[in-house]
Amino acid sequence: MAKLNVNGAVMEVTAHPDTPLLWVLREQIGLTGTKYGCGVAQCGACTVHIDGQAVRACSLPLSAVNDSQKIVTIEGLSPNGMHPVQVAWRELDVPQCGYCQSGMIMAAAALLAEKKNPTDADIDAAMTNICRCGTYNRVRAGIKQAAQTRQG
Amino acid sequence: MTLHDVTPPATRPSRRTLLKGAAAGLVVGFHLPASKALAQGAAPAPSTPEINAWVVIRPDDTVVLRMARSEMGQGTRTGLAQLIAEELHCDWSRIVTEYVTPGQSLARNRAWGNFQTAGSQGIRQSQDYVRRGGATARIMLINAAAAQWQATPEHCVAKDGVITHTPTGRTLRYGQVAEAASKQLVPQTVALKDPSAWTVIGTSRPRLDTADKTTGKLIYGSDLKMPGMLLAAVQQCPVFGGKVKSFDAAKVKDMPGVRHVLQAGDNTVCVVGDTWWQAKTALDALPVEWDYGPNRTVSSETIAAMLREGLNASEAFVGNTQGDAKAAIAGAARKVEATYGYPFQNHAPMEPMNATVVWTPTRCDVWCPTQNGEAALAAAAAAAGLPQTACDVHRVDLGGGFGRRTTHDWLTQAVLIAKQVPGVPIKMLWSREEDMVQGRYHPVTMCKMSAGLDAQGNLTGLHMRISGQSILSYVFPNALQNGRDPVTFQGLNPTGAEGQFGYTIPNLLIDHAMRNTHVPPHFWRGVNNNQNAIYVECFMDELAHAAGQDPLAFRRKLMANHPKHLAVLNAVAERIGWDKPAPAGVFRGLAQQMGFGSYVAAAAEVSVDAAGKLKMHRIVAATDCGVAVNPRQIEMQVEGSFSYGLSALLYGECTVKDGAIVETNFDTYNVLRIDEMPKVETIVMPSGGFWGGVGEPTIMVAAPAVLNAIFAATGKRIRQVPIKDQDLKRA
Ligand code: FES
Ligand code: FES
Repeated sequence: MAKLNVNGAVMEVTAHPDTPLLWVLREQIGLTGTKYGCGVAQCGACTVHIDGQAVRACSLPLSAVNDSQKIVTIEGLSPNGMHPVQVAWRELDVPQCGYCQSGMIMAAAALLAEKKNPTDADIDAAMTNICRCGTYNRVRAGIKQAAQTRQG
Repeated sequence: MTLHDVTPPATRPSRRTLLKGAAAGLVVGFHLPASKALAQGAAPAPSTPEINAWVVIRPDDTVVLRMARSEMGQGTRTGLAQLIAEELHCDWSRIVTEYVTPGQSLARNRAWGNFQTAGSQGIRQSQDYVRRGGATARIMLINAAAAQWQATPEHCVAKDGVITHTPTGRTLRYGQVAEAASKQLVPQTVALKDPSAWTVIGTSRPRLDTADKTTGKLIYGSDLKMPGMLLAAVQQCPVFGGKVKSFDAAKVKDMPGVRHVLQAGDNTVCVVGDTWWQAKTALDALPVEWDYGPNRTVSSETIAAMLREGLNASEAFVGNTQGDAKAAIAGAARKVEATYGYPFQNHAPMEPMNATVVWTPTRCDVWCPTQNGEAALAAAAAAAGLPQTACDVHRVDLGGGFGRRTTHDWLTQAVLIAKQVPGVPIKMLWSREEDMVQGRYHPVTMCKMSAGLDAQGNLTGLHMRISGQSILSYVFPNALQNGRDPVTFQGLNPTGAEGQFGYTIPNLLIDHAMRNTHVPPHFWRGVNNNQNAIYVECFMDELAHAAGQDPLAFRRKLMANHPKHLAVLNAVAERIGWDKPAPAGVFRGLAQQMGFGSYVAAAAEVSVDAAGKLKMHRIVAATDCGVAVNPRQIEMQVEGSFSYGLSALLYGECTVKDGAIVETNFDTYNVLRIDEMPKVETIVMPSGGFWGGVGEPTIMVAAPAVLNAIFAATGKRIRQVPIKDQDLKRA
């Protein structure tokens, strides 16, 4: 039995301590917005926030997390999908298939929390997520638009 | 909370039961949440007026547009909705869409036509009948309103879902007359609007399905949950054609969460568990012995040797011929020759293969992401041992397809597993590793290009010898033409509306020495256009340089008879500023090709630093797809195609060792990321009068344009994809 703080609620989960956080979220807690893409910290589809930092949940065992850490998934990023990144994403039609987009949005939100006005170089460094549909240019534009609206 | 407590998604996927209705073909449909899908013979929900197969209008004015093609990120759902709405005159903001199932279509004599979502066909092959569906529905709605008013339909107009009787100004909403409209006679002929009157087609409508992709709410196949569902992790013999010899189930059967340890077919072992992670953990611990079969000795080296032999083989299938190329080259003032190569590549969609299946001795239902619902149904029924009428496939949106999900080896596997656990929903999910080594790969080929130039540098003869795999031989052998695979010659054909060669060369021979391996090839976004465009367009560049001519001027001389090919090439040349110097340190390359019924060209700007590091700054793309349904969607497809094609150029290679694919994840099969993505400028230039595809065509010009720019920058000809291990330092 382990305790986790996910999207503001403390909950108990039963899983082997080696189970990656990704699979605890998806299979124990039922939050499937966080995706499996590679399982080896390469693609970022599984990105969640832990105390505000972007973390790849596929490569973090349950044993490494406790309920003093605040885990936020795409489902908990904003109450109604109104985080500036989500709004910008809809305005620019960023997603294609959408499968990578939870991870993209979580990575972008963490970047903007750290840097109000990220440069192209900041975006290149922070956004190493894979998108096979090729939404990269719209992801970049979406981050810049979200940065603008936050300041506006 | 455990897995089994999780409530299934309320609306999708749904299993829809159809009851054949009245004479006008009224059909009553109702949704069932996934949990109830298992309960056969549930009572029908209240009827919803179906105007025709494509259009359902609810009393609250919701317009339900039905989709046969699948949405995998390419925007087909929105484009098809635009086509229907153009003729339906409905309120765009009230549109929702739903998938029909192949089972429903089968029961209604294929009312929804082809489900195949590949070959950039989703829009262009459906446009006529879906527009007719919209127009027919509009006429029936107007006729119903007119009947209610006892007016003549000619005095009524429909706009934004409201019908107005012009003489009196009376109005009725679509939802108010839908029930009556569904009983109207179906007009036998309908006139479609002239393109000059279009107000929805040709506009950049935002996608209908974006919101749920920004909140994590969209349910993909891998996210499905059903009460009592168990999860399956699989491993297939890593050598294609190999089999399971034995496995020691006892070693893992007591591991946490393990329910069943099974074999599926003759080549796959499987663990079924309470969670996928538990199943996969046990699978990784399962001792398996394989019978690798005869392909254990095949490697990238043996395949390359076979392809090299084909480059000079005397026998080959002819794709395009004119005059006497061999004689012209032999007698030419100057001969130019070069050999190119293109490797196996995995589609690697972000969502690994998966399917959820409930099998009983009398019924088999499947929920899965597929690019072809009808082919999925056929595969499911065959594996289930049931007639197609006792099966159905309930589609969910795809987490990427790119061609991989047009074939259903993974679905067959899932059904074979579910069959061994009757009545229990089984969700089978491949690991990324399984997805990488059990792919259906971009075909491997080599190509020898030989040409003759006269004393003035004019191209007098060209011989293009392709050696390598045939996709059709593996996928649809019945479609071979006396052994010849016509798909090999994409973009190289002398005639036809799909992919004509864009140059007139007095002596030309394009032929194919078919050399197949045990590694299964498949349609892969862009398909054979990808290597054909590299071979032709990079060699054209080589010839221009050999002739001491500008690559654009050299091409133009050969393109006088191909005005549409030339128009897109000219458009990118003009936009990139071909006749003006590039910024300092930046170099340019061009490419053009016709594919999937569209004419496309690209112009790239790159730089290569002293250490040989490539930077792709900018690519301009021009597309003439005849009719542009949604210019913004086309831009997105061009960006996506370039990302996919440049990824293939930079990194895409699956190698073979001991008969198996070596690369098992994105750490060894790298892909392009945001830092390497160039700026993309898209010129959409529809010339009208034809319907070309947009999901794939521009992929084919991305790589050759960049390769030609690399040559301009470095003086080095890269003739083998991918670039990753090649030295780009200035020659
Ligand atoms: S699934 Fe975690 S990084 Fe790919
Ligand atoms: S939107 Fe499909 S993988 Fe990114």
